[in-house]
Formats: sequence, structure tokens, C-alpha cells
Amino acid sequence: MRDRFIKTLVEIAKRDKNVYLVTGEVGFGVLRPFWEQFPDRLINAGIAEQNLTSLAAGMALEGKIVFTYSIGNFPTMRCLEQIRNDCAYHKANVKIVSVGGGLAYGSLGVSHHATEDLAIMRALPHVTVMAPGDLTEVEYVTRAIYGHEGTCYMRIGRGHDKQLHDSIDDFKIGKAIKIKDGEKTAIFSTGAIFDEALEACRILEYHGVNPSLYTFPTVKPIDRETIEACACNCDWIVTLEEHNIIGGFGGAVSEVLAEMGGVRAKLMKIGLNDEYSSVVGNHKYLREAYGLSAEKIAQRIEGVLGLEVVKMKEFKR
Amino acid sequence: MEKEEKVLNSLQLAWKIRRHGIEMTHVSGGAHIGSILSVADIIGVLYNDIAKVDPNNPHMEDRDRIILSKGHAGAAIYAALAEKGFFDTKKLITHYANGSMLSGHVSHIGIPGVEFSTGSLGHGLPVAVGMALAAKKDNKKHRIFVILGDGECNEGAVWEAAMFSNHYKLDNLIAVIDHNKISGIGFCKDSMQICPFREKWEAFGWNVMDIDGHDHDALRNAYKSAVASLGKPSVIIANTTKGKGISYMENEISWHYRFPKEGEEYDTAVAELHAQMPDGTEDMYDVNVMEGEIL
Repeated sequence: MRDRFIKTLVEIAKRDKNVYLVTGEVGFGVLRPFWEQFPDRLINAGIAEQNLTSLAAGMALEGKIVFTYSIGNFPTMRCLEQIRNDCAYHKANVKIVSVGGGLAYGSLGVSHHATEDLAIMRALPHVTVMAPGDLTEVEYVTRAIYGHEGTCYMRIGRGHDKQLHDSIDDFKIGKAIKIKDGEKTAIFSTGAIFDEALEACRILEYHGVNPSLYTFPTVKPIDRETIEACACNCDWIVTLEEHNIIGGFGGAVSEVLAEMGGVRAKLMKIGLNDEYSSVVGNHKYLREAYGLSAEKIAQRIEGVLGLEVVKMKEFKR
Repeated sequence: MEKEEKVLNSLQLAWKIRRHGIEMTHVSGGAHIGSILSVADIIGVLYNDIAKVDPNNPHMEDRDRIILSKGHAGAAIYAALAEKGFFDTKKLITHYANGSMLSGHVSHIGIPGVEFSTGSLGHGLPVAVGMALAAKKDNKKHRIFVILGDGECNEGAVWEAAMFSNHYKLDNLIAVIDHNKISGIGFCKDSMQICPFREKWEAFGWNVMDIDGHDHDALRNAYKSAVASLGKPSVIIANTTKGKGISYMENEISWHYRFPKEGEEYDTAVAELHAQMPDGTEDMYDVNVMEGEIL
């Protein structure tokens, strides 16, 4: 995703000389296409994320559109107050990009796993929160946040993400994307875990379950309309995120559901169960270990649907 | 209606900042009068004699940018802006009040002339750095002034920004430090030793001036020298006295928090300020000047 992000940003920057990219001394190789073409518009702020974020706000208030770029929690938690006071309060045109959302940095360990970022960014007024699911979504989201006045956060994957759809009709911030129709169960996925969601659907279909699948590239503002429609038409809504189950995407969906009257779908949130990732392993291994692989996702869904194929004890770690 | 810029000299403006500061904190039961008094001359000289700002066009493109990074002395900036004609001085008295725009720490919303909101320390210099870099990229000639506290220089972000400013040769950036030697709960030397202070800034590659922060000629000269400096950012270490001008507040830690109470505290503060009033200045809070207006 990071390469597609940079490729898209290069295209944007060719047409708009006010676009700047500020890195916190990361992106060796990845940022090369940008800095070779626009050496004056790539600012390396060094390993100093507080200054990086505030200076981005300062530049944005002078008319620049500033993308900040770093890894995991560095561009968000390390400088959270700078995002709140300097960017968001001033509605500064800063686009915060975090590479390696969720468990993407695998064996590098918990310091590099961004698993609470969506919840924390979502709590800030005037911050739009995006988590594209594949290479196509990252391209659409990059263009959308560029065109969206104000502070935005985009969590992207790393280097090995796939392209799972070719193009998106009527892409809009705040609008979910329907991947497939289904019956009784709706799966909502945000971020790079989209590939597991898609594979989980195939497993479920093989077992005779036909869920609908939506990706939510926007976590805030949440697509209330799609959630409410699915809640009326389905028995179950399943949210899927590579993130703590508290406060993030599942949290946003649950807030909408809780405010609905009448009969509505039940909710199952799949994510990290309020824990830090202490297991060592690559991205795929960690998804499996924390119940976020396609197989584990499918098993859990079958479990709540009461299907016999599921052995629930497998989920007790 | 065209706002009329009042013609004052820097001594008069600094005096008025102090006088407003006393009244604003007294009426509101606010805080930080010690800081407001220590920074008054730094701000008075800057707004009066150095900075290019226009109350009739607060957003004009080539204005100098001024950020008060030590946002707790917000009353001083509000007072300076009101006296320069950005808004009615009568509004100042709503400081801290329910429904007012004038919060204890600086906020830009609804107040013409306030460049940036601050209050959490260590934010102003990094933001000023971004403004300075943007101006450089666009080849614009305005300057970016940022006023910090000495206690604020405990914050790591200040030094991140200091390092960056030297690396990117931001000679359009001028920091002024209100070096009153008192921090939140103690003297800097006891709370967190920031000395050797001058040497720290020099080591970070800055053009450093070390002056008496209450001497207007020294302030003017330092500002002018900083503006003329090429190739590196400048910092003016303005040595000041916390609580400057009110005898019982000077160098007293408690006045970081307190406000002058009704009775002896308030009366003495006003009497002492009146004794220092520059020629040609009026006290707008004096009953004779108020002409029966009820504030």
C-alpha cells in the first residue's frame, strides 16, 4: 500500500505545487519517487514527531497541503497533542499517514503495531479517519483526503497488500463500499484485513453461509446509512478490524446500532481482544494467533450462527 | 467601520498591557499575572515598533506572524491587540468570563489578530518553524516571531524545533524567551536547571542575543539585529523579572497562579502602576476616564 500511496501522491503533487510530504526519517526507498521528482517538497523532519506534526500544522496554515508520514504509532500517539491542538483545533490541512497499520510490522514487535490508532484518532473532533482496505482503496482515499479540507488520518498497510478491486464507483469519504450481496449476515471490514474478510466469505459460502461484505475505508464519519440498512435487513453484523475491539471501527458501528430503535441485527466485533500483541511472528502468523485469519474469522461467524462445523474451544487461547 | 490604529509608544503600550493584565486577572479571578507582567515589554516593543500587522486587515498576506507560545500569558497578547485596534479594549474585561472568547490561554477563534492558539507548552516554536519554512519555500519576506517561556524550554519539542530550524537555516524565524527564571512551582535553577541557557541555543546553531528584557532600547536593537541576521534562526534571551512592576509580586513564585484580590492587593498594584505611568497615558479603568461607564 505504501508504494501505491506514494505513486498516487506523486501524481497529485505534479499538478499541485502546494503539496508537501514530511517524513520522520522513515521511508528509505519507498519515498524515493517523491523525493526524486520533488526534492524541495520532501521535508525530512528527522526523528522528532512532535516537531514534525506541529510544523506540518504551521505550513498548512500558510496554505500548504501537508502529508506527514511515519510508521505505526509514531505519527499519531507520539504527537497526539500536536494533532489535537495544532492540527485539528486549527482545522489545518494536514494529512497524517501511518504505514503498517495493525500487525503489519509482524516480528518487529508491539512497539511497531498500531492497534489503538483508529480509536484514538476517532476521538478527536475535526479529524477524518480513513483505513483503506487494498491498493485500489488506498489510491481513492489518498485522492479524497487530498481534496478534503482539514485534518485527516489515513492508516495504510505495508508492502505486501493486494489489489482486491479494480475500481470503485462513486467513492466518497464517509461511504462504505459494497463488495458483495448476501443474506442475514453482513460483514463490515476496515483496513488491510479486507483480504482475510474476502477469504472468510469464500469459506462461509463453501459451508452454505452467504454473508454480504462491505469495506469501510472511512471510520469517521461512519456510514450510518449503510449500517442502519444492514441492521434492518440482517440478523448479524460482524465488524472486522486489525485493531483493539474497544473504541475503533467496531466501536463506531456499535454506537450507531445502540442508537437504533426497533428490531435490529446483533453485533459481533472481531479484533484484538483488548490486549497488546506479545507473540512473535510475521503478519500472517500474528493474524492467525489473534483470531484474525480468514479461517478463524469464518469459524467465529459460524459459531454465532449456531453452525455445527465450529469448534468454539479453538478460540480459547 | 475603519478601525483606528492608536498611536502609542512602546512604553505606553507595555504599561497598558500591565494595567489591563491587573484588571483582567483581578476582575476574573484569573491567573498568571506574574507572567503577563514579565512579558509585557517584550510584547509591547514587538507590536509597537517591530511587527508589521494591520488591525484593518488582520489576515493580510505579508503580515508578520506572532505566536505567544507561553499561552498562559494570553492576557498580554489580548491587551496588545486591543490597544492596537484589532478589537475593542472594553472586551478585555470579559477575560475568563462565561461566554467570552478570551480564554485564559490564547485561542484564535473569534479574536482578530491572534495567529495561533496555545496553552500546552512547547507547541509554539514548532508551529512557527512550519510557518517559517512555508514562507521560505514561497520566497515571502515576512518574519515569524514566537515568544516562549524559560520553563517551557523543559519541553523536548522546543529542542526538536531548535534542531530543525538550524538544519533548514530558518533566518526568518525569531524566538524570544521571557527568561524570568521562575517556572511553575519553583525557580528554574531548583525545578529544572536550564542553564547554561545561552550556550544551549548556540550549540543548536542559533544566533543568540542575551539582553535586559525590560529595556526597550535593548529589545528594539535585538529585534532589529535578529531580523537582519542571515543564514540562521535568532533567539533573544530576554532577561526579565516575574511580576515586573508590582513590588510585592516581583520574583514571588505564588504570583504565577494568583490574581490581585480586592482591597490592598489590587489597590497597591494600581497605585504602583500609576506611579510608573508614562507621559501621555490614560488609565481607562480610572473612574474619571470611564466617565461614568459601568464596566
